[in-house]
Amino acid sequence: SPSWSGLNTNRKMRADGDDSLYPIAVLIDELRNEDVQLRLNSIKKLSTIALALGVERTRTELLPFLTDTIYDEDEVLLALAEQLGNFTMLVGGPEYVHCLLPPLESLATVEETVVRDKAVESLRKISQEHSPVDLEVHFEPLVKRLASGDWFTSRTSACGLFSVCYPRVSSTVKAEIRQHFRTLCSDDTPMVRRAAASKLGEFAKVLELDYVKSDIISLFTALASDEQDSVRLLAVEACVSIATLLPQEDLETLVMPTLRQAAEDKSWRVRYMVADKFSELQKAVGPEITKNDLVPAFQNLLKDCEAEVRAAAANKVKEFCENLPEDNREQIIMTHILPCVKELVSDTNQHVKSALASVIMGLSTILGKDNTIEHLLPLFLAQLKDECPEVRLNIISNLDCVNEVIGIRQLSQSLLPAIVELAEDAKWRVRLAIIEYMPLLAGQLGVEFFDEKLNTLCMAWLIDHVYAIREAATCNLMKLVEKFGADWAQNTIVPKVLGMANDPNYLHRMTTLFCINALSDVCGRDITTKQMLPVVLKMSEDQVANVRFNVAKSLQKIGPVLEKITLQNQVKPVLDKLATDKDMDVKYFAHEALSGECLPYEYS
Amino acid sequence: MAGVASGNDFQWCFSQVKGAIDEDVAEADIISTVEFNYSGELLATGDKGGRVVIFQHEQESKNRPHLRGEYNVYSTFQSHEPEFDYLKSLEIEEKINKIRWLQQQNAAHFLLSTNDKTIKLWKISERDKRAEGYNLKDEDGRLRDPFRITSLRVPVLMPMDLMVEASPRRIFANAHTYHINSISVNSDHETYLSADDLRINLWHLEITDRSFNIVDIKPANMEELTEVITAAECHPHQCNVFVYSSSKGTIRLCDMRAGALCDRHSKFFEEPEDPSSRSFFSEIISSISDVKFSHSGRYMMTRDYLSVKVWDLNMENRPVETYQVHEYLRSKLCSLYENDCIFDKFECCWNGSDSAIMTGSYNNFFRMFDRNTRRDITLEASRESSKPRATLKPRKVSTGGKRKKDEISVDSLDFNKKILHTAWHPKDNVIAVAATNNLYIFQDKIN
Repeated sequence: SPSWSGLNTNRKMRADGDDSLYPIAVLIDELRNEDVQLRLNSIKKLSTIALALGVERTRTELLPFLTDTIYDEDEVLLALAEQLGNFTMLVGGPEYVHCLLPPLESLATVEETVVRDKAVESLRKISQEHSPVDLEVHFEPLVKRLASGDWFTSRTSACGLFSVCYPRVSSTVKAEIRQHFRTLCSDDTPMVRRAAASKLGEFAKVLELDYVKSDIISLFTALASDEQDSVRLLAVEACVSIATLLPQEDLETLVMPTLRQAAEDKSWRVRYMVADKFSELQKAVGPEITKNDLVPAFQNLLKDCEAEVRAAAANKVKEFCENLPEDNREQIIMTHILPCVKELVSDTNQHVKSALASVIMGLSTILGKDNTIEHLLPLFLAQLKDECPEVRLNIISNLDCVNEVIGIRQLSQSLLPAIVELAEDAKWRVRLAIIEYMPLLAGQLGVEFFDEKLNTLCMAWLIDHVYAIREAATCNLMKLVEKFGADWAQNTIVPKVLGMANDPNYLHRMTTLFCINALSDVCGRDITTKQMLPVVLKMSEDQVANVRFNVAKSLQKIGPVLEKITLQNQVKPVLDKLATDKDMDVKYFAHEALSGECLPYEYS
Repeated sequence: MAGVASGNDFQWCFSQVKGAIDEDVAEADIISTVEFNYSGELLATGDKGGRVVIFQHEQESKNRPHLRGEYNVYSTFQSHEPEFDYLKSLEIEEKINKIRWLQQQNAAHFLLSTNDKTIKLWKISERDKRAEGYNLKDEDGRLRDPFRITSLRVPVLMPMDLMVEASPRRIFANAHTYHINSISVNSDHETYLSADDLRINLWHLEITDRSFNIVDIKPANMEELTEVITAAECHPHQCNVFVYSSSKGTIRLCDMRAGALCDRHSKFFEEPEDPSSRSFFSEIISSISDVKFSHSGRYMMTRDYLSVKVWDLNMENRPVETYQVHEYLRSKLCSLYENDCIFDKFECCWNGSDSAIMTGSYNNFFRMFDRNTRRDITLEASRESSKPRATLKPRKVSTGGKRKKDEISVDSLDFNKKILHTAWHPKDNVIAVAATNNLYIFQDKIN
């Protein structure tokens, strides 16, 4: 920062004296600088200021000042809220930790959620540093003040503090805390009810089981039938934690009625939440309830009228099936889930189809070879022909799952047209995505299939009119060589790559150089020296300067692969010549190469 | 002569007028929106110059009880600046189309303001303390000798004169291709909707880079366009319900629970057209210029060119009440079409208890209708009657052949003086009426 450099000058001017105060003085003054960055910088070094002031002055001067400085920018307040969470030692240790409560209390009432949340996080942190007595004398009254504040911002902040003080206070205070939480759950403001609903699970965890059954369940039921769907949907999350806490025999009466209601809620957002949390719910309620209740509920979600809900449920198909009780997993999937999945394959909404395509292959490991061939394969094949490229891509990107079960050959007949079509898609991002799966496909399909069907595609991408594709294509070649080896490269791709050096289009000639950059390492010294280097050297006479300076760059790049003698006899003369080129850039890169490349040689 | 509202017998009287008295009015000073906040403590206006002016209610005191309807400037700030969209070669006016207050969440106040394209969230906050004491300079701002710093000073907060600051907190841009006509804060306190001619977007108040398109009536082929969205509003209590009105005089009520897209409405409010009164202007004058839910959430009110209608949300086939605002203009539609007045967008508002409604007209007249007694009244916002506590005289427009003594003839109405924007205090009988560049505040005077 500018002031720090100013500081250094000042320091040089000074002959002697106590120079330790000056930087602190600057930091303190900059707490009020007009430049936000400087204020932020000072706040981030608040511990340095506090250390210099000592615990006494920090408590009596710095903290009162900070308590009232809540006018600042969000980022400054956020940093302040975070700093104060680590301030206990700087105010004199746990004995004085309560001094941090006033500034954090005012930060917990600002309108910015991020700042409030950070203040609450720090309050939670320092609550642990309060002695049980201080917790009741200082901390709990703060929670009460926030909980009964005039504005909803303070009441929402209070919701996050109950669970940290509850376990450590007397039973009288516990009863008060439970009462406060209850009040907030039925607050007039939906913001507060939402905050309470989102902390319900966390609060339930610290409560005695009897109170979970008596208090929490009634609150949970009330929030889950709130008039605002934005509150109801948060109750779904609480459902997971509450179900985990209760003994199995109580779930049916205490939790399931609410969960069933949520799964059939009138609002799609609530049903979406159920779908989104389905795996967690499934684990929380256990296998018996899953079989009896969740399977039909899941079927309904997969058939929901709202596409967002179907997509969320489709995303969970694999996980849900995986977690079904093993004894009759296959039967449940085959009779209940698979029919719904079949329908989703031809869903009207492409998000639903692509969500399904991203997980459907995972079913093959669960169902085994025969079922996969008979029931899943037709679905994979249908999706490979889907009109939406994202669906096809998602299938292709998950081929490895099915490869383990039935081998990819089963699919290859349909795979090829799908790949070809994606490879030629009008959208370059789609082409880019399929290129990225090429090495994976090549590995699974084997070298013969690849040479026969896919090699041409990979070479065609090298002359794509979009640079990003050409770049990805060169990288792809490198990965293919890593898979299939240098011999394969020498016979299949190197001649084609080098052939492009004579292309009339200079962009294609440059692609040759880029390919060489990428391939020299994996192809090894022999191929690089004998086949690639002569082409590169010859290209140093190219008419286009861009090609020539890329020759310089390439020579630098492939240098480490070459022998010293080759460098000395073949590379250096060419670089020397390029270093006297009429083009500035060519000269520059030639010099770069000479200094970088030839150094090891000259010193050896 | 009884005033209109909640059955009490009272008269409206003048309280204040804001704005310059000059005859020639600068375009930028024309008020384009008026809105009380939830408590009625603050009153905001927006103008064509992109400014927002906030007035604060003057504290009542025992010796000055008449101050009930007095508001003084609290904060003024430039909300929007004129811009130019270089890609589309379009000027974007700075005119404030709508202001909506947020429920109060801490000591500060928040409002949304919008022009044709960009919505902004503003924070209006007070500051009454100032930090004093630097280490590196003295009280007069002179730099101290850095050699002589022997102790550290922590700044101390000292009281100062109250300062009101308005700061932009969020900017919600680039989501509307057409002109924004409405913004409305949802009762869930975390989302709001914004509507333009063809689309409605749903925003989260804390997220500026993303909004959800919930209604899109743009036809694939723009030549097939037959109607546009004219106004939209969220239900005051049910966070999933909103309505939007169209240029065809219909209102659609949508339920966001049903689907992520609200292309299919759940209720459709339309009054069948009377074939006998059909004319060339029928479609233009049936276009709805404003829609407002009652505070109770049971009713909604729509304003078209000649009337105000109150609809029961449970009855879609016709309004439960219809009030004529200026029926005498029906014979003048031809000239109103020629001078473009027929496209004026009059707004309407409810009183705090939903028992009365108010809307504007021409000649600086505005109308009030008592829903219980069905009585109506025409009042005028004018400089002549702007003496403190002067009672407003009801005005009459003569429609027949003979003009009575205190009546004004239709032909002498001034169509350049129009009252498009009015607001009613959420609890009291205090109203704010925007007449061109002046804001009039009237209050009741109990007999």
